[in-house]
Amino acid sequence: MSILTVKNLKLQFGGLLAVNDLSFTVEKNSISSIIGPNGAGKTSVFNMITGFYRPTSGEIELDGTSLVNKKPSQITKLGMARTFQNLRLFPNLSALDNVKSGMHCRTKEAVWGALFHTKSQKEEERLIEEVAQECIDFVGVRKYMQRSAKNLPYGAQRYLEIARALATKPKILLLDEPAAGLNFEEKQYLIQLIRRIRDEFHITVLMIEHDMGLIKEISEHITVIDYGCKIAEGTPNEVLNNEKVIEAYLGKEEVI
Amino acid sequence: MKKYKKHSLLLLVLAMFLLPFLLDIYWLDVITLVLFYVVLTQGLNIVVGYTGLLDLGYAAFFAVGAYTTAILMTTFHWSFWLTLPVAALFAAIAGIIVGTPTLRLRSDYLAIVTLGFGEIVRILAINLDITGSASGIYGIPRPTIGSYVLSSQQDFYYLILIIAILSVLVVYRLGHSRIGRAWVYIREDEDAAEAMGINRIRLKLLSYATGAVIGSLAGSIFAVKMSAIAPLSFSFLQSVMILLAVVLGGLGSIPGVVIGAALVIVLPEVLRGAEDWRYLIFGVALVIMMIFRPQGILPKKYETEDRSDPEEETNDKNHSISV
Repeated sequence: MSILTVKNLKLQFGGLLAVNDLSFTVEKNSISSIIGPNGAGKTSVFNMITGFYRPTSGEIELDGTSLVNKKPSQITKLGMARTFQNLRLFPNLSALDNVKSGMHCRTKEAVWGALFHTKSQKEEERLIEEVAQECIDFVGVRKYMQRSAKNLPYGAQRYLEIARALATKPKILLLDEPAAGLNFEEKQYLIQLIRRIRDEFHITVLMIEHDMGLIKEISEHITVIDYGCKIAEGTPNEVLNNEKVIEAYLGKEEVI
Repeated sequence: MKKYKKHSLLLLVLAMFLLPFLLDIYWLDVITLVLFYVVLTQGLNIVVGYTGLLDLGYAAFFAVGAYTTAILMTTFHWSFWLTLPVAALFAAIAGIIVGTPTLRLRSDYLAIVTLGFGEIVRILAINLDITGSASGIYGIPRPTIGSYVLSSQQDFYYLILIIAILSVLVVYRLGHSRIGRAWVYIREDEDAAEAMGINRIRLKLLSYATGAVIGSLAGSIFAVKMSAIAPLSFSFLQSVMILLAVVLGGLGSIPGVVIGAALVIVLPEVLRGAEDWRYLIFGVALVIMMIFRPQGILPKKYETEDRSDPEEETNDKNHSISV
């Protein structure tokens, strides 16, 4: 069963066709990837799915609900979370406060509750704290919990961004180049983390990644795009042996 | 540690209540003005300090509160206490009016629009008949509690003191709730906040409206304390002085902003002896302060535990706003 369906998606910036007639589906509980050369339109696809860009035409559905013309915050509430290619943490705030932001769309106390410290408000604050700490523990950055996000080591910042996304309690998690800038050990840890997100939380993972080793190891399904068009899809073995993919993405020399 | 903090806070409040018995009428008036500024800066702190929206026309909300109370009390003979919720409502609407067109704007553009809004309100006050044109509104009646008429310097000191304490409490509690955190998320990274499921449009408008309501309360009390108001009190300079107090004290920091308010009012008074030189000295003092402590006198701390690496202290820049 598919959780995310993208149909005939098109994105045009003036005369530039960034994404052209792209269709793909993401299976529930899978770990899938989108790959493609730089500038192929991968992040544009992510930005359309999460509501930051409005597609010129096409349809995006999450669990049967259309996401087109919805605000990013509404889409997050429907069960989609994302991370950013260039970390977008809240730099001055503590790691814990960063993660608490995820719970905003799952809670509802307003001004009244805050002013009078009502019982339900206090309970909600406790819940926010609890979930945030759980997510921090899950990605393993507890020792940095009270420190400003900007003062964390780079790897920890990457994990923290994932923790923050998890706190929104998503059905599907979109990771935009999660391994960028990580060293070998950190990448191994990331692989474990992504697996645990799927296995323990039953969250579908869709990622953009350049690291072929990482993709081969954890991805079950790959969609390859080039110049905004889909050129191949399938399992890692199918895709990485596809001639078109080798030509467009990995370079011809590797074949010879 | 926390208990110690609580006790010293209670002691401070107690001292503030005893102050009228210790000060002469001149200094009591200065401290009363400081308290007006405490209310105004707390309101602006929500907008500028928490949400990170630069507002150069905040005195407009002060004016909305003052004029609403003045008009309702003189023309319609309302009780002062009943004018407060109406003034707050009007201010909230004004906040949303200035907020709506600025939702997509950032920093400098936002500053220009808010500056324009502040001027619109002031110029309206000068030109409308209902606001008494340039001479303003005078003969605003004194508020009463039962048969007691609030009229002395002390009465208004206590009134504004209570409102100042309440506004500090309101900002503190909102700041420590999911609403206050959402405001700070928007300041830190608007797009990331939206991606985390925070409706930035709704929360920005709520920020403007809340800030406006607090500013209007100061305005309402200002009207009955002075018993006469004129557009001159709600000038661009007033907006700048309030913003100055917030930046000087430390954006987003409640105690910092209170100190900022006190400094902006008390310093020119202390310098009265310097006569013509006093605003020059005041200006130089501000420049020096901003050079050596750009993050404000008591900046907001976001890290609660000691950091393991003290070297990082040096590159820990606090957020600042650009005009």
